[in-house]
Amino acid sequence: MTTAADTPRTPALRARHRRAALRTLAFLSPWLIGSAVFFAYPLLSTVYFSFTRYDGFRPPVFNGLDNWSYVFTDYPLFWPAMRNTLWLVVVMVSCRVVFGLGVGLLVTRVKTGAGLFRTLFYLPYLAPPVAATLAFVFLLNPGTGPVNTLLDAAGLPAPGWFTDAGWSKPALTALAVWGTGDLMVIFMAALLDVPKEQYEAAELDGAGAWARFRHITLPNISPVVLFAVVTGVIQAMQYYTQPTVASKAAAGIIGGSGQQTEPGYPGRSTLTLPQTVYHLGFQRFDYGSACVLALVLFALSMACTALLMRRRGGLAGAGD
Amino acid sequence: MADMRAHRRTAVLHWVGVHSLAVAAALFFVLPFVFLLLTSLMSDQQALTRELWPRTWEWGNYAQVWHTPGFLTWWRNTLLYAGLGTVLTVVSSVPVAYALAKFRFRGRRLALLLVIATMMLPPQVVVIPMYLFWAKQLDLSGTLWPLIVPLAFGDAFAIFLLRQFLLTIPDEYLDAARVDGCGEVRTLLRVVLPMAKPGIAAVALFQFFYAWNDYFGPQIYASDNPAAWTLSYGLESFKGAHHTNWNLTMAATVLVMAPVIVLFFFAQKAFVEGVTLTGVKG
Repeated sequence: MTTAADTPRTPALRARHRRAALRTLAFLSPWLIGSAVFFAYPLLSTVYFSFTRYDGFRPPVFNGLDNWSYVFTDYPLFWPAMRNTLWLVVVMVSCRVVFGLGVGLLVTRVKTGAGLFRTLFYLPYLAPPVAATLAFVFLLNPGTGPVNTLLDAAGLPAPGWFTDAGWSKPALTALAVWGTGDLMVIFMAALLDVPKEQYEAAELDGAGAWARFRHITLPNISPVVLFAVVTGVIQAMQYYTQPTVASKAAAGIIGGSGQQTEPGYPGRSTLTLPQTVYHLGFQRFDYGSACVLALVLFALSMACTALLMRRRGGLAGAGD
Repeated sequence: MADMRAHRRTAVLHWVGVHSLAVAAALFFVLPFVFLLLTSLMSDQQALTRELWPRTWEWGNYAQVWHTPGFLTWWRNTLLYAGLGTVLTVVSSVPVAYALAKFRFRGRRLALLLVIATMMLPPQVVVIPMYLFWAKQLDLSGTLWPLIVPLAFGDAFAIFLLRQFLLTIPDEYLDAARVDGCGEVRTLLRVVLPMAKPGIAAVALFQFFYAWNDYFGPQIYASDNPAAWTLSYGLESFKGAHHTNWNLTMAATVLVMAPVIVLFFFAQKAFVEGVTLTGVKG
């Protein structure tokens, strides 16, 4: 665990380096053991199971690429889940970033009650996702929900939100935008770090507010914007709790009992990739095909993570 | 003179503009909470009407939710998962983060890359083998152990966040302790830990909330045993058997949200610092 440059020459030095290496190993051991047992081993198993027919009872039987071709060509939920994910990645992530930045800008300009506003804007981020989703299904309930009552009163159209396949993703987006407090905080910190002199110089040159934002603020905070976009994309690919709870709760309003045969109500419109893993693995007991979906999710997440780390050396610790 | 007055007028207009926007944003963030509270205090019938203000204040809804069979068990399970899980996460993640932040060794960069990569991975990626391992090999499905035990081996997000925090502690303090003859363990316990309290507080809070909010984990391991449900998972099943009792569902929702929000007011600073540390400082 030492670098080649300081290879020990005397026995005493060598012993000291060995002690240092052992010490490092000891400190890292919880994570080394943990990632071997709870990450590396299961990941390899996922790869193995993806080439087998496996229902969890009878031993896995090798079946080549059968699961892979089933998932990509015959599994009816795969492409809807991919399309929904793409929608969420594009629309939900951009809404969250733009809104988070807007609220961050706003908060840095508020003079009176700044602390109160900041707290109010941050609170929804803390709301447990299941609780927040149930609250939104109620708030956006097409017949009697407060939001549609207010929209009606204002003479605006009142959509079916979580019960209308055309509106369920915008409803999920509204829920995600409501919980945008984390982005507000990181944007706020980045905005406060922009050197004041640059604004003063630009103002002397007669630059307007938009020009200052475009040429000073944005370039200065662009690393944080990119961080927000990439982590947002990763979150969108992992989106599970909110769409699952929303579709079940909304189906419950319509169906009465909350029973639901196929995930993604209404009309597969809230189905995401992680839900397909659950559906194939834990509802259909087709663990082999579920592992194919898990690997698709793995590949997509790793691609985004690589993007985040390649561009942002600092995050990977290259700077220190 | 006129120039100054004009200047002051634009300043006042600016103030009014910014603050009206802030109030509008505040309404967007706060109104859902308000409707939630109001509905939780309505009668069952009124919750299904378009009225927004409770006709009678049904404080008994909260008592009814509290006394629902299972609710206290879910509460206890959640505290166990969140409390024990948080302690285990902190204890196992601190030494790893310390080594990654302060030791120089070959493979340090690679180790850090792996931590970040695992942090970004969805839990679904490894859930099938993990479930089969816990359920078929160890026969522990229907308990919270599959969720708690892995936390004794460090959590990637906690390690990453703590490492970011420990980087901000100057090496001179550690060198001074080493010159005084402290071993690494003593240096960590006596010098680093007291200085790292804010970072540890942030990690503990995030882990606590993660467990409090977790839905996927309990759904995988505990769904067929209601005695092992947590609040987040049980909440969803709170709707009546034949129709949604929105008033009770909203009262239960308030009860699940309340501890999170109370805790936030006590630990606001640690929280905001934690979020900032993940996103801004490289």
